[in-house]
Amino acid sequence: MLMPEPDGQVLARRGDIVAALRAMVLRESIIVDEDELRVYESDGLTAYRQLPLIVVLPETTEQVSRVLAYCHQAGVKVVPRGAGTSLSGGALPLADAITLGLGKFNRILDIDFANRCVAAQPGVTNLAITQAVEGEGFYYAPDPSSQIACTIGGNVAENAGGVHCLKYGLTTNNVLGVEMVLMTGEVMRFGGKHLDSGGYDLIGLITGSEGLLGVITEVTVRILRSPETARALLIGFPSNEAAGDCVAAVIAAGIIPAGMEMMDKPAIHAAEDFVQAGYPLDAEALLIVELDGPEAEVAYLIETVEEIARDNGALTLRVSQSEDERERFWAGRKAAFPAVGRISPDYYCMDGTIPRHKLPVVLNRIRQLSARYGLRVANVFHAGDGNLHPLILYDANEPGELEGAEEFGADILRLCVEVGGVLTGEHGVGVEKRDLMGVMFTEVDLKQQQRVKCAFDPDGLLNPGKVYPTLHRCAELGRVHIQRGQTRFPDIPRF
Amino acid sequence: MTETLKPETPDQLCEAVRWAAAAEEAFEVLAAGTKRSFGRPVEAGHRLDLGVFAGIGLYEAEELVLAAGAATPLAEIEAALADKRQRLEFEPPDLGPLLGAAPRLGTIGGAIACNLAGPRRIKAGAARDHVLGFNAVSGRGEIFKSGGRVVKNVTGFDLSKLMAGSFGTLAVMTEVTVKVLPVAEETRTVLVLGADDAAAGKAMSAALGAPSDVSGAAHLTAPVASASGIERVAGAGGAVTALRLEGPAPSVKVRARAIGDLMKNFGELDELGSADSAVLWREVGNATFFAGDDGGPVWRLSVPPAAGARVAAHILDGIEGKVFYDWGGGLMWLALAPTDDGGHGVVRSATAQHGGHATLVRAAAGVRTRVPVFEPQPAPLAALTKRVKEGFDPLAVLNPGRMVAGV
Ligand SMILES: Cc1cc2nc3c(=O)[nH]c(=O)nc-3n(C[C@H](O)[C@H](O)[C@H](O)COP(=O)(O)OP(=O)(O)OC[C@H]3O[C@@H](n4cnc5c(N)ncnc54)[C@H](O)[C@@H]3O)c2cc1C
Repeated sequence: MLMPEPDGQVLARRGDIVAALRAMVLRESIIVDEDELRVYESDGLTAYRQLPLIVVLPETTEQVSRVLAYCHQAGVKVVPRGAGTSLSGGALPLADAITLGLGKFNRILDIDFANRCVAAQPGVTNLAITQAVEGEGFYYAPDPSSQIACTIGGNVAENAGGVHCLKYGLTTNNVLGVEMVLMTGEVMRFGGKHLDSGGYDLIGLITGSEGLLGVITEVTVRILRSPETARALLIGFPSNEAAGDCVAAVIAAGIIPAGMEMMDKPAIHAAEDFVQAGYPLDAEALLIVELDGPEAEVAYLIETVEEIARDNGALTLRVSQSEDERERFWAGRKAAFPAVGRISPDYYCMDGTIPRHKLPVVLNRIRQLSARYGLRVANVFHAGDGNLHPLILYDANEPGELEGAEEFGADILRLCVEVGGVLTGEHGVGVEKRDLMGVMFTEVDLKQQQRVKCAFDPDGLLNPGKVYPTLHRCAELGRVHIQRGQTRFPDIPRF
Repeated sequence: MTETLKPETPDQLCEAVRWAAAAEEAFEVLAAGTKRSFGRPVEAGHRLDLGVFAGIGLYEAEELVLAAGAATPLAEIEAALADKRQRLEFEPPDLGPLLGAAPRLGTIGGAIACNLAGPRRIKAGAARDHVLGFNAVSGRGEIFKSGGRVVKNVTGFDLSKLMAGSFGTLAVMTEVTVKVLPVAEETRTVLVLGADDAAAGKAMSAALGAPSDVSGAAHLTAPVASASGIERVAGAGGAVTALRLEGPAPSVKVRARAIGDLMKNFGELDELGSADSAVLWREVGNATFFAGDDGGPVWRLSVPPAAGARVAAHILDGIEGKVFYDWGGGLMWLALAPTDDGGHGVVRSATAQHGGHATLVRAAAGVRTRVPVFEPQPAPLAALTKRVKEGFDPLAVLNPGRMVAGV
């Protein structure tokens, strides 16, 4: 992966930059020693590593503003970072950039049950928000599997999803307000405790912007009353096709489950070996369908889904009889990544989305690719919304295997786009899928997106080298190519 | 002379936009034109009619996705969806009658451009939450697209969100792809009679904080309730607070009982079935109560829900008018007595104090030119907004002045 050439001048000024930063934040908030910088050298995509120039850990919005204003004026690049769990290299440091860590922004600022929202600093973990309100019977709906570690700021930056987003939406559907510091140091507030900000929906734009537009310093999210009850079905199928048909039939019946997850045979086996969740080892595909709501609704829907599953050739079918059992059903799915980590020295997690009905075709092609590359693959799948997570198994110590895994992964993503899907469903483009953007978008599409970045960060100092394969100067992007003088009325129908 | 151009292909549309850019002309962009009076009067010499970009292109019910030309009438889309027992979950209101136009003419592109949302906003989101992707021509005269046809998609900036609520000031959408969802099997509405605004606010907050999955929470003050077409509401003889429950029949029955129990201290109770509920919630979403009035100013405010009653009191202390609440108190519709500023002064002082934003949805063109229609922004945000606009439409060819004077 080619990153932008580090700016030699900035590297040479490192000492001066550190000295300037010391006037803005506490001494202990600046990390310069190689040993300590090492902690920040990669994010969840560990195949890529780079030591940052300096790490700064500010504690207040005011400090973030001063640091950014300084970097803007001094021409120093900045990479924002939450917990560093990104799986696409979004928080990968640059040799000539400050990594701005938001770990010290770890306070919940306001819990407002009357307005059903929570305001938190960006370094608060996803799970901590739910923990802060669950005593009153509320929760924050988006639940990425990394929720103990990942931050709400990182969730907004990546528009994180989770197994429950089929029914309750992604991060973007649950954010009410954002405070963000622009690269100039200007502090902007968008939205608040009300729905839909007036004017352009800049919150919607910021959500999923991967740290390219500004540094998020506060987030207000909606909280929901926890459902009365939740129960899950664990269903084994003789083929991926049968499981896929069952998913389609559930939706056709007008049911939107709280979660609907699928695993293929290699994933089932890896998970079962790891956590003994009681998964059927003879099944080719496993579905976990969760229904939540009032007792009466759940009982009714469980029966309906049971019937649909049997009609679609289910081999085994269990309904959770207790919270304990429901959690056991999920344990294997939630531990799927580490479980695969046990059966292979390394794995590479992909994240394409496809139209659901293409699942059998895509899984078959993945199997063929697996044979071609000589690399095993296990599939977990947010079946309800078509978000596929193929886990490619490889050994980084075997020459060529990492490159093979990357090529295999790129082929899978191209395939996702080919069948009408997209490159990434929830993990973000980062550096990982940056060079594939052209598979989905034209040059005009990409330039239009980058013009939006120009409105926020005209010098391109925030997280450069991520998301967009080609960096253009904003002056060039802003130019309008019109033929002055060509003012003859266009020859099209008029009234 | 004002010309109306009616391009027939995206290429012709590009040509029209490029011509305007070169000739320093501008377009008012419209499809059915039902919401022409929503926003500031556009400062443009010509019109761009998108009527040709209509028709449902793709509808895969099992994939919960539909793509259509931006000028496709919502009525056509809703009919196609109803055949498969599906719907647009954001319940796009029909503002035609409120704005003095005919009913049922609004288009999908118009609903998205204005980021409309009905009573289900509190549970299911607004138009912004349902746009999966679009094709458009920018003010630069370039064809571009964003998003896709799947729900889970974080590939690149989410420009669909930006298009929703941009009132045609950034780009001209030619095709949109939206998420669709199954129709609920049954609907019931629990009515609480006679609560005052403050008590109703508490009642709605309690209902939305209960695990009953309420999908609509509105409060109609007495003069508004009396204008309902539903006899049980109009004849209640006072204010009516309405709480909607949707879902499978056995579940709705149990939840309606639970909400009834929770509400019994707030007033006498009544209940509507599916058919009456459909009518009542359409009235709430379309603000039908204020349609056909004298055409005086109508405001729509989005505020922190718990502040709703206080915001209304603040405004109605200063100026005569009628109010009703939706979104659990977070959305307020106000019909005010006509004044020179349409109520701008007092409404803005209320949002400044309590948070949120206000839009002057209906007023005479003169008023909409004189006072800001959308919530004025602090200078840094206004500057950012302008830079975003320039990224799409640097020469202000598309709907100039529609949202903010000079932008
Ligand atoms: C085991 C595992 C399971 C996972 N499961 C899921 C899942 O189920 N669903 C899902 O969506 N993701 C999942 N992820 C991915 C990851 O956890 C999410 O993308 C998460 O939102 C990243 O949060 P973070 O705090 O770690 O951000 P980081 O990794 O630190 O940063 C991610 C991106 O956000 C930017 N950023 C971070 N904070 C800010 C800020 N305050 N202001 C501006 N930009 C900022 C960074 O520059 C970077 O581009 C998983 C990851 C792992 C390791």
